[in-house]
Amino acid sequence: MRTLQETWIVFNRAMRLSLRNPMWSILMLSQPLMYLFLFGPLLKPITAQISQGATTNAYQVFIPGLIVQLGMFGAMFVGFGLIAEYRAGVIEADRVTPASRIALMAGRVLRDVVVLVVQSILLLVVSIPMGLRAPWGGVLLSLVIVALLGATFASLSYSVALITKSEDALAPLLNGIAMPLLLLSGILLPMQIGPKWLQRLSDISPLKHVVNGVRALFRGDIGSSSSLWGLFWVVLLTIVGLTVGARTFRKESA
Amino acid sequence: MMIEARGLVRTFKTKRGQVQAVQGVDLNVADGEIVGFLGPNGAGKTTTMRMLATLIKPTSGSATVAGCDLAEDPVGVRRRIGYVPQSGSTLPEAIAGDEVVDHARLCGVSKKQAIADGQRMFDELDLPGLWRRQCKTLSGGQRRRLDIVMGLIHDPKLIFLDEPTTGLDPQARANLWEHIRGLRERGATIFLTTHYLDEADALCDRILVIDHGKIVASGNPEELKQQVSGDGVRLSLTDASQAPAASKIVAELDGAVAIETDGDVVAFRIPKGGSILPGLLRSIDAQGIELNGVEVRRPTLDDVFLTMTGRSLRDEDHAVPADEEAAA
Ligand SMILES: Nc1ncnc2c1ncn2[C@@H]1O[C@H](COP(=O)(O)OP(=O)(O)O)[C@@H](O)[C@H]1O
Ligand SMILES: [Mg+2]
Repeated sequence: MRTLQETWIVFNRAMRLSLRNPMWSILMLSQPLMYLFLFGPLLKPITAQISQGATTNAYQVFIPGLIVQLGMFGAMFVGFGLIAEYRAGVIEADRVTPASRIALMAGRVLRDVVVLVVQSILLLVVSIPMGLRAPWGGVLLSLVIVALLGATFASLSYSVALITKSEDALAPLLNGIAMPLLLLSGILLPMQIGPKWLQRLSDISPLKHVVNGVRALFRGDIGSSSSLWGLFWVVLLTIVGLTVGARTFRKESA
Repeated sequence: MMIEARGLVRTFKTKRGQVQAVQGVDLNVADGEIVGFLGPNGAGKTTTMRMLATLIKPTSGSATVAGCDLAEDPVGVRRRIGYVPQSGSTLPEAIAGDEVVDHARLCGVSKKQAIADGQRMFDELDLPGLWRRQCKTLSGGQRRRLDIVMGLIHDPKLIFLDEPTTGLDPQARANLWEHIRGLRERGATIFLTTHYLDEADALCDRILVIDHGKIVASGNPEELKQQVSGDGVRLSLTDASQAPAASKIVAELDGAVAIETDGDVVAFRIPKGGSILPGLLRSIDAQGIELNGVEVRRPTLDDVFLTMTGRSLRDEDHAVPADEEAAA
């Protein structure tokens, strides 16, 4: 109970700061918007191939990738904010209070999740005039997946930030992870259209299954094995991410 | 006892090897005391304080802080202490009052109480009208006082202050000293670090002198000064080139210790500095050495430090404003 209350206090503080300086959130949203407007139109001519004959439109395939990408990248870099807080002494000030260490992390992660979900909704709304059609249920479940993915990457990012305590260590690390993850997850184009070896390689990436799951949800195949696997993986990732995050917050805060 | 620490040790691993920041500190702080931790930069003051405030774990050793065991019940310790870090505790973009209220609420204070207490403390610490200001728009001294409000907002019974007056102007320092004394009168115990001699002297009931991670002396300021043998004598020469000769004369005096030459100044310590002076001046005159001025001082805390460590606290800190007697 107390932990929830403390999480709420930390969340409120973090949210207030994000709203005071919305530039960062806007910048994070500009990336998927650019993909949407500058890359999306290229997909129309090849829709038939990537949807493998099904009667889907290009955006049903493309938008799920974009919101997963948003969930991942939007949350991946939140560690930089934590390092700024660390430098300002805020983390120590928090840690010297009796507040639960979990709450100190959870409040910040919750803020990141809320920002991501709002960004995703905005992205979906502007995609409608571009031609996106998807069932409500599938979209709602997809937003849940984005939220969980955001929570995962945010807590991992905070963990790495707390351990390294340095932007110089965090930046190359994140970029080193982000690029292969992006390419191997079939975020831009489904892996199914690639050669066999690349498909096998991409099977390693749990994110690929998550993206496939969201695509299935956007098609309305809520009970399909793709969507169930996607949900399974995102839940597993979330458990791992939050556990690592909580442990780091507890340990690094002695 | 408010703090009882035994054999605190902390080593840091760095790229260049191990740093032994704190090497076996024992200390006791009684209820209601103001105890000062005096030492030069890098002595291990902050590290010791961060251990006692549960922010880092001791490599070895144990402590009871505010009645709770440091290792067994860190949350209990945190409930009872306030901690003002050496280097800030607020985000530049945040609003000062918001930071105070959020911090207080994490300490378990209600929002209403936090606002009332926070605004009162803003007035007491001379931060009027700054409640809604962004932290980065405050001056250095104002931010320092904001840190102090943050650390004290929940009215803790044990207060850790790490170099609380660094960056404050003399008037603000005096005001803060008054505030700290007031806290003690209300029943709080205060443990502070400082490298200002006058601060330790004026504010503290008891001083622990720390150097290279070890406590080298402790006692109240007067006791400590009595431990130092003799008065400080400073001879200012007209011509710096005569300093070696003057230093040689001084060396022949009975009981002269800690003889140091710095440019045109020869300084040393000797029992009953006043009475050896006439003879000394005659010898100096006889050698044709010209004097600009002579100064005899009662021992200060700096002399205590010098005696204990062979170094002066003042060497590295030229910004000490007070305690600087005019050469008479
Ligand atoms: N986190 C750390 N990592 C490595 N070395 C540290 C760390 N914190 C302090 N030290 C080292 O420990 C010694 C004592 O530092 P500190 O306790 O900050 O001294 P003081 O507060 O008395 O100036 C210094 O040599 C400092 O460089
Ligand atoms: Mg220090």
